[in-house]
Amino acid sequence: MEITTDVLKKTATPLSSKHLSQGKVFTASCKPNLVYAWDDGVAIGRYLKELKRGRIMAKRCRQCNRIMLPPRMFCERCWRITDEWVPVKDTGKVNTFAISHVDWAAGRIPKGQRYFTPAVIEIDGASKGMGILHLIDEVKPEKIFIGMPVKAVWRPEAERVGAITDIKYFRPIG
Amino acid sequence: MGRRRVAIVGAGMTKFVRRALETPKELAYEASKMALDSCELSLADIDCVTIGTAPDAFDGVHMNGEFLIDGSGAYRKPVMRNYVGGGTGVYAPIHGWFHVASGMFDTCLVVAEEKMSSCQPHPAGAFLTIFDHTTEQPLYPTLIWIFAMEMHRYMHTYGLTKKDIAPVAVKNKKNALDHPAAQIAEEITVEDVLNSEVLAHPVHRLDISPTSDGAVAVVLAAEHVARRITDKPVWIDGVGYALDTAYWCTRDLCYPEYLEVAARQAYEMAGIREPHKEIHIAEPYDPFTYKELHHMEGLMLCGKGEAPRLLADGVTQRDGNLPVCPSGGLLGVGNPIAAAGLMKVAEIFLQLRGEAGKRQVPGRPTTGVAQAWGDLMQVGTVMVMRR
Repeated sequence: MEITTDVLKKTATPLSSKHLSQGKVFTASCKPNLVYAWDDGVAIGRYLKELKRGRIMAKRCRQCNRIMLPPRMFCERCWRITDEWVPVKDTGKVNTFAISHVDWAAGRIPKGQRYFTPAVIEIDGASKGMGILHLIDEVKPEKIFIGMPVKAVWRPEAERVGAITDIKYFRPIG
Repeated sequence: MGRRRVAIVGAGMTKFVRRALETPKELAYEASKMALDSCELSLADIDCVTIGTAPDAFDGVHMNGEFLIDGSGAYRKPVMRNYVGGGTGVYAPIHGWFHVASGMFDTCLVVAEEKMSSCQPHPAGAFLTIFDHTTEQPLYPTLIWIFAMEMHRYMHTYGLTKKDIAPVAVKNKKNALDHPAAQIAEEITVEDVLNSEVLAHPVHRLDISPTSDGAVAVVLAAEHVARRITDKPVWIDGVGYALDTAYWCTRDLCYPEYLEVAARQAYEMAGIREPHKEIHIAEPYDPFTYKELHHMEGLMLCGKGEAPRLLADGVTQRDGNLPVCPSGGLLGVGNPIAAAGLMKVAEIFLQLRGEAGKRQVPGRPTTGVAQAWGDLMQVGTVMVMRR
């Protein structure tokens, strides 16, 4: 039996925010008070504490000899507990990046507001290819390039809480 | 190894639409009923069911799989739901294959359903919580960011331009004009792609598949049963699946290694040594233009960085030497996540049987591959089929 248009009779039906506000469709919404108390774990817990102190710490696996970021309690390749903590720099290179005109919920960024410029940043001192996700700023989006050297811009010490956002963003250097 | 041979014997699907008025289980029912009707079976002939559906957050319903079982013909039957993001649509029939190849069951109905339109204002918001909650979520990332970054890395590594990649959208949307289930089939040009709205540079509006509602189902049967049901069984000769680490920032995004692992597993099972010669027709996962090319390389249908040349040379056109996404793919038919992957399996099934209508590729292909991909750019699911 071939699948043909005769067998598929449905058509597309539009749905816009107007339909919602005018009550044209059934909607249910609730704002559940769900607060997740996530434990940071052995490796990320220390990583966050060190960010609060203004430094980035990686972890080495002596078997594959990778200096890993984000730090792991165990090496996913060698399947063993990792070894010593290794301080790495707060500089790195842009491995790849995007210039996003949309926010996390696919909403368009209002005119005049800066586009998001997320990047994978390979941190100096970690093994090649060991990158982290962060944002780039203090440079026009169209001036960013793959391989661009960047440096972390930290929040003032008093404002740091032990989170990835203790680094506000990365800015170009050189 | 004592595995039994398993065939696909029937397929059904709903139209893929921006918004379906049916509920998820109604969509699942329509696709499942059509699949059974296509091979003249009734639900009594079905021993077990596998269901593929992506995040519960789309529907706002926990236990979405459980809600789907009535529509999927799984009422009081052995049923298993699985989910690996966009990779689900090929994972679900692999799970069905396990059930039948193992000898546990003779028939299995595989159902993949997705309804993304319920999630307002945009289902993209549902993906925030797939990112690492400590190191990534506080930066409010979204999937299109990371795909744009992956595309950028791919372009940078092989010196590609947007112009080298845009023809994927032109080809697939055109192929979809012949697909009765298609949502966004149209004739466009490379310039249309380049001039369409920038969503996250280098990804433009026409580089990306739509959000969709839809369902697809296929029927699997063990060899002795399949031969009674149809004289045109399509054999599942190889399956493969692998996941890479969720530390996606610590992999080189220019090449999908997890897919190569999955493909090697499927090819070895199917006895395929030279995939670029032995595979006649391919349905790699194409939610973005560059992903079709990326996945052709991961499936080893060409060398690394070579897929854009095959595209430029017309090799991947429906009448080329290696038709790629003759269905129209996700870019043309639509992308109801799990259902989109199973649509690709259904396309290879129809093509190998010579039942693809206007989409039929020439040359009576005997071997095809369908593939899906998902989660944090880390899942490869692969199925090799022969007639």
